[in-house]
Amino acid sequence: MTAPTRTEPAATGRRARTPLVEIAKLRVDFGTGGRRVRAVDAVDLSVAPGECLALVGESGSGKSVTARALVGLAGPRAHVSCDRMLVDGRDATRFDARAWRGVRGRRIGFVLQDALVSLDVLRTVGAEVAEPLRTHAVVPRGRVHTRVLDLLADAGIPDPARRVRQYPHQLSGGLRQRALIASALAAEPALLIADEPTTALDVTVQAQILDLLADKRAGGMGLLLISHDLAVVSRVADRVAVMRDGVIVEQGPAARVLTQPEHPYTRLLLAAVPSGRTRGRRLSPGPDDTRPEEPTHTPRPGSDPTSVTGPRRTRPAHRDTPLVEAHAVGRSFTDADGSVRDAVREFAVTIHPGEAVGLVGESGSGKTTAARLLLGLVTPDTGTVRFDGRPWSTMPERARRPLRRRLQVITQDPLGSFDPRWSVGRLLGEALGTVGVRRGAARRERTVDLLLRVGLAADHLGRRPATLSGGQRQRVAIARALATEPQVLVCDEPVSALDVSVQAQVLDLLADLRESHGLALLFISHDLGVVHHVCDRVLVMHDGRVVEQGDVDRVFADPEHAYTRTLLHALPGRDLGPGASPAPPPPPPGVAADFLSFRRTDR
Amino acid sequence: MSATASLLAHPRVGRAARAARLRPGAVPALVVVTCAVLAALWPDLLTDHSPDTTAPARALRPPDTEHLFGTDQLGRDVYARVVYGARLSLEIGVGATVIGSVVGTVIGLVAGLGGRAADAVSMRATDVLTAFPELLLALLVITVTGPGTTNVLVSIGVASVPGYARLVRSRALVVRRADFVEAGVALGVSRPALVLRHILPNTVGPLLVLASIGTGTAVVSGAALSYLGMGPRPPAAEWGVMLADGQDFVQTAWWITVFPGLAVAAVVMAVTVLGRTLRERGTEATR
Repeated sequence: MTAPTRTEPAATGRRARTPLVEIAKLRVDFGTGGRRVRAVDAVDLSVAPGECLALVGESGSGKSVTARALVGLAGPRAHVSCDRMLVDGRDATRFDARAWRGVRGRRIGFVLQDALVSLDVLRTVGAEVAEPLRTHAVVPRGRVHTRVLDLLADAGIPDPARRVRQYPHQLSGGLRQRALIASALAAEPALLIADEPTTALDVTVQAQILDLLADKRAGGMGLLLISHDLAVVSRVADRVAVMRDGVIVEQGPAARVLTQPEHPYTRLLLAAVPSGRTRGRRLSPGPDDTRPEEPTHTPRPGSDPTSVTGPRRTRPAHRDTPLVEAHAVGRSFTDADGSVRDAVREFAVTIHPGEAVGLVGESGSGKTTAARLLLGLVTPDTGTVRFDGRPWSTMPERARRPLRRRLQVITQDPLGSFDPRWSVGRLLGEALGTVGVRRGAARRERTVDLLLRVGLAADHLGRRPATLSGGQRQRVAIARALATEPQVLVCDEPVSALDVSVQAQVLDLLADLRESHGLALLFISHDLGVVHHVCDRVLVMHDGRVVEQGDVDRVFADPEHAYTRTLLHALPGRDLGPGASPAPPPPPPGVAADFLSFRRTDR
Repeated sequence: MSATASLLAHPRVGRAARAARLRPGAVPALVVVTCAVLAALWPDLLTDHSPDTTAPARALRPPDTEHLFGTDQLGRDVYARVVYGARLSLEIGVGATVIGSVVGTVIGLVAGLGGRAADAVSMRATDVLTAFPELLLALLVITVTGPGTTNVLVSIGVASVPGYARLVRSRALVVRRADFVEAGVALGVSRPALVLRHILPNTVGPLLVLASIGTGTAVVSGAALSYLGMGPRPPAAEWGVMLADGQDFVQTAWWITVFPGLAVAAVVMAVTVLGRTLRERGTEATR
């Protein structure tokens, strides 16, 4: 049913109608006097009824500011100007506050970026959704309640009669996001602006939200989707506008932009997306293979498309003796209300030297607890963990401490793992100290050496991690982990908080280190594409159990367990439009997690 | 305008300006505290008079150019006595705070890091102490130890232990679970090193703020106890002692009591304002 919206003629036909919103040469500046920063520069946009335009870019590219400017909410410190701005064919540059209020919610719905904090914690979900109905007098007073129930049901919230009386904290992240969308859709706006509507959501929930948006669009609603996630974009967008540094560098039909990008930056972004297809290749452009390039906030695009992919990597051969062996490990926690929850049950894994093992699953599936059990940070209730043939989980901490250097960890939030008062140099120095490098010139030299190995420079030594960018912080975390020359590196969502180009640099760095140090990885991620790119084997966790494991290619191409199939099915960009048959035929091997695959089959 | 803006954009200047803007009283407070510290260390810098020389002929003179704060019933210069009194008052205030915060930190760390039993025992003990008003508790201690400057100092310090212990415990409970402590464990850092390098330094930030405010309270408590005759004995120049000395003359010679009273009030307010400024800067830094 979505197929027609993706074909060119249908889209052109739609574009011929009056655009819901049209803006020409939008400029947004922040700051005053001599210190003005241009956030958005000369942006042209239009969205027609039933059309989805996706605004794609990395953090700081100006996409959110653009969206806010479209509803007159760029903020008091923003200076917005444009040559033309039409909402419903009316000149929006002359709108006063009152006119804008008539537009917001009624004509243009807005879903904010952070759904988890966008709902008023002191109001029920029902009150939240009813507000636009009352404000815009969409339905008679007496019918507001029934309408709210309908809206919640439409948004895919099960048991709306119960949910309508609940408060945001009683709802899961996915339900909150759906409630927020329900309230944005309450007054049946002609255009919905959704700013990262599925970021921070699990892949199955994300699929439900995207289906909901697609349904609304089929009903004639225009959609302006803001996302950094190219996989999500590929699933829903008719047209794509790629933003960088406040400028739209490329705009066109999604099928064309995502498969035959013209602008080097678009090519770079696409090449940086990890998936099964990118296995064994570099994701970031780097002339030097052994040492990653100096990280930059905006990667320099190479003009030659081949420069973004380097030499193919080979998998290291595995020796027979495993480094880490977990057998039937279980751990439960007592919740605040006294109930006992099994975080991990019957967990088993073996990691050989040089091997990359992936651990995937949704939030709350027990991935992090499993990692902490392996690291010896949590003691298992049942089962044993062995490290290098020795009993690890039963070892007293005193005996374990000298061995800890061989098993290191990097986390999703590197900043939290650094003492906030310490400089980079001191953080790395402490790690070196645990392996007996004495203070003084030797330690300083080693510290600089570590920084160079992760692509940072000696002048980062005196910096505090809080003053570094996300990618640089993760590099420091990796440098600290490497200080002890570990054999196993546990990576717990190491790139989930990073932009795609920075993510590419970090993944490349990990690949380099694997190659040069024979490092074994336990790679935890909710992002199946990343896992497919990085790992040799994968374990799928659900509800604290490993439901499936095996070679990545096999698991992703031919999943055996129903839950694995659900995960892969929900992956955006698969050839699964909303409303597709519930049990799709198994995808051809090798392209399962490749978000671009459906574009190819389209053509 | 734009020059100011660009000046404020400089990180250091901006931070200092923000701190100053948040607490307009910070600068006078700093002046008061500086004067008090000078008076405590080098009183002869601030006055030529001796605090103890009596001159019955000049008794009970109101403030004039010769005697800025007037003279008391024995003809002693009140200004000189206020200046010299700063040493004892600050000694008690700072000494009590040091005792309270050090002992409190140790108890708080034991409670926060030592496990369930240690936590229960030390926290119930501090609960009992908290049940008494601080001054009453200090009086209780001093009844046992007997009066004297050192005993006042110790008793006020002991009385302030529970507050510090609770603060340190609550911080320690948070910090011990912080990711960076776990990162240290994963690195193989030993437990004492973890406590000394990471947990303690990240705990004492708010403690310093509370201690600076607590110094002011301790100065008041010290003056109160001296006034009650529990601290330094007359004729020592101490603000509480001066208040007690002058109380019979409040109707006729107000200056004997008003100036030491003002000195206590000024020091306490100044120290408190500085403590709050510290706190605001602290929360800004952690943001």
